[in-house]
Amino acid sequence: MSADDFGFLIALLLSGVAIGLMYSLIALGFVLVYKATDAINFAQGEFVMMAALIGAVVAGLDIAPALATIAAVIAVLAVMIGFGFGLERVVLRPLLGRPIVAVIMATIGLAAVLRGLTPIIFGGETRALPLPIPDDPIVIGPATLPPIQVLGAGVALLLFVGFSWFFKKSRMGVAMRAVADNQQVAQAMGINVERYFALAWAMAGIVSALGGIVWGSMLGVDVQIAVVGLKVFPVVILGGLDSIGGAVLGGLIVGLVESLAAGYLDPYVGGGTKDFAPYLLMIIVLMIRPYGMFGKRQIERV
Amino acid sequence: MFHREAGVFKTTYAADMALYPLPIARWAVVALALFFVVIAPLFLIDYYLSILNLIFIAVVGALGLNILVGYTGQISLGHGAFMSVGAYTAANLAVRAGLPFWITLPAGGLMAAAIGIVVGMPSLRIKGLYLAIATLAGQLIIEWTINHVPAISGGAQASIQVPRPDLFGLVLNTQGRLYFFLLFFAILAIVATLNLMRSRIGRAFIAVRDQDIAAEIIGIDIYRYKLLSFAVSSFYAGVCGVLYTYYLGIANYEQFQLNVSIDFLAMIIIGGLGSVLGSIFGAIFVTLLPIVLRLVLESVGSLFFSDSELANVISGTRLAVFGGLIIFFLIVEPEGLNRLWRNIRSYFRVWPFSY
Repeated sequence: MSADDFGFLIALLLSGVAIGLMYSLIALGFVLVYKATDAINFAQGEFVMMAALIGAVVAGLDIAPALATIAAVIAVLAVMIGFGFGLERVVLRPLLGRPIVAVIMATIGLAAVLRGLTPIIFGGETRALPLPIPDDPIVIGPATLPPIQVLGAGVALLLFVGFSWFFKKSRMGVAMRAVADNQQVAQAMGINVERYFALAWAMAGIVSALGGIVWGSMLGVDVQIAVVGLKVFPVVILGGLDSIGGAVLGGLIVGLVESLAAGYLDPYVGGGTKDFAPYLLMIIVLMIRPYGMFGKRQIERV
Repeated sequence: MFHREAGVFKTTYAADMALYPLPIARWAVVALALFFVVIAPLFLIDYYLSILNLIFIAVVGALGLNILVGYTGQISLGHGAFMSVGAYTAANLAVRAGLPFWITLPAGGLMAAAIGIVVGMPSLRIKGLYLAIATLAGQLIIEWTINHVPAISGGAQASIQVPRPDLFGLVLNTQGRLYFFLLFFAILAIVATLNLMRSRIGRAFIAVRDQDIAAEIIGIDIYRYKLLSFAVSSFYAGVCGVLYTYYLGIANYEQFQLNVSIDFLAMIIIGGLGSVLGSIFGAIFVTLLPIVLRLVLESVGSLFFSDSELANVISGTRLAVFGGLIIFFLIVEPEGLNRLWRNIRSYFRVWPFSY
């Protein structure tokens, strides 16, 4: 392997890691909800889209740039937390105890609603979501990374550490794990199950808000940004649905596979491999380990 | 002729499983047949016939998906892709080998069934969410393959012009001629599904849906029946794709993307899971909804939006209303329009003594 080839490989690996961590940022929202409420959120991409749009609108206001950024972050967080609470109350709570397919379909319906309404409310054009970070790419050895990806990766790692601490050490986190484990027993122990369900959705809102700001700033904000939501599935399946560490690892794997596939396969098959290589890998993993690499195995009784 | 039953007097299994439990059902079917075969084609203009044609195509696909989701309790987000498999199979056979529709149609269905079995394989080990995602992967991989393999997609545009089918020398190139062609297949699909669900296989599907482990314990080979359900369901989807291709005169992968899979799921949820009548209601509802929305918005919408915005608004509203209806029906009436219809029927069954 010549030095150039090696440099190319390193560049691919680094950008794979950065993108992968950004994927796990979105996947975290999905895992949080599943971990606490056993509900599946097919609208995760649309959450991110909504957050990005609100961020872009607020950041586009005619005020001082630094102030606009802070205002955007606060506004997005507030709206997404409220949205998480409201959604749980209106859509998810009536579906408690119903078959899993019903919840899947309801969130698919929700995704359609959000995707249909946003162009009507916000217009169809692509908006910019500028963040006050330098534009010059960061050079690491043979590779260059856009600063926004480094920021995204950093946010993902921070959230990972934060939520790991939250679930292991904090009172609320432990209560939430109890709720996820067995709702009835948790209720008998005096835990307000419904409150924790709402909290889980609000936390998904927080993650989506941060994810939306980072992704929106990288890609530009329009309806198409919801497509990153499709990437969540290979990430969470590879990592296991209820494992926060798994979400990060799954994100890394998907990022690396995508980056390597795009670097080495695209020239031969004419592009687009990065959109389906993670899914192919996911199918293979599902065939071998039906509950992902770190997921808990469900034991079913008649 | 118009009498209703006053109680359950069935003494044999045959009576319980009859397609027409009451004479009124038989007469209703005869009346409907008369309407669709004689009156509709004679008196409706082409525009309305084209809507009916779209409904017939949708009925076939919705029935197929309902067999899988409603009766067998599996889930598929890949039905759009199965339709495209059928469509491209038929298109390639029709264009390259010059085969008539009565070969390409079942061939498209069988090919879709084969692919459906492959995509359905994971259902042997996983269910619920994992299966939904596995079929979603199937959808994306099939879409990508068709789009990137010129041998299937017929070149850069990924679309193939298909000659109209001809029947005994009569080329089916008008809405009126396509009408009977599509009506025939819609009826065939309805009758086939009704009978399938009365058979041993249908009962096994329902047992698997209700509790698959229990079904296995009473001696149902659940792997076989899950795969069979995937096969039958994607056969319908494939046929639906072929019919749509012949209807449009072109096979194009853009007609079979993920949103189509979701449209069909919307049909069976709005119509009613696990019911043939529900699939038909759903197909009618979901096909008519965008047409009605367009009519309404085009007449009222100009008050609020400019012309250039209106196209966006219409497609956005359509999507939002679909999603809203899915959520609404899931929360409020999980059994869909079919349940509403049954409520109306049973109200009148005991009318005027409704206690």
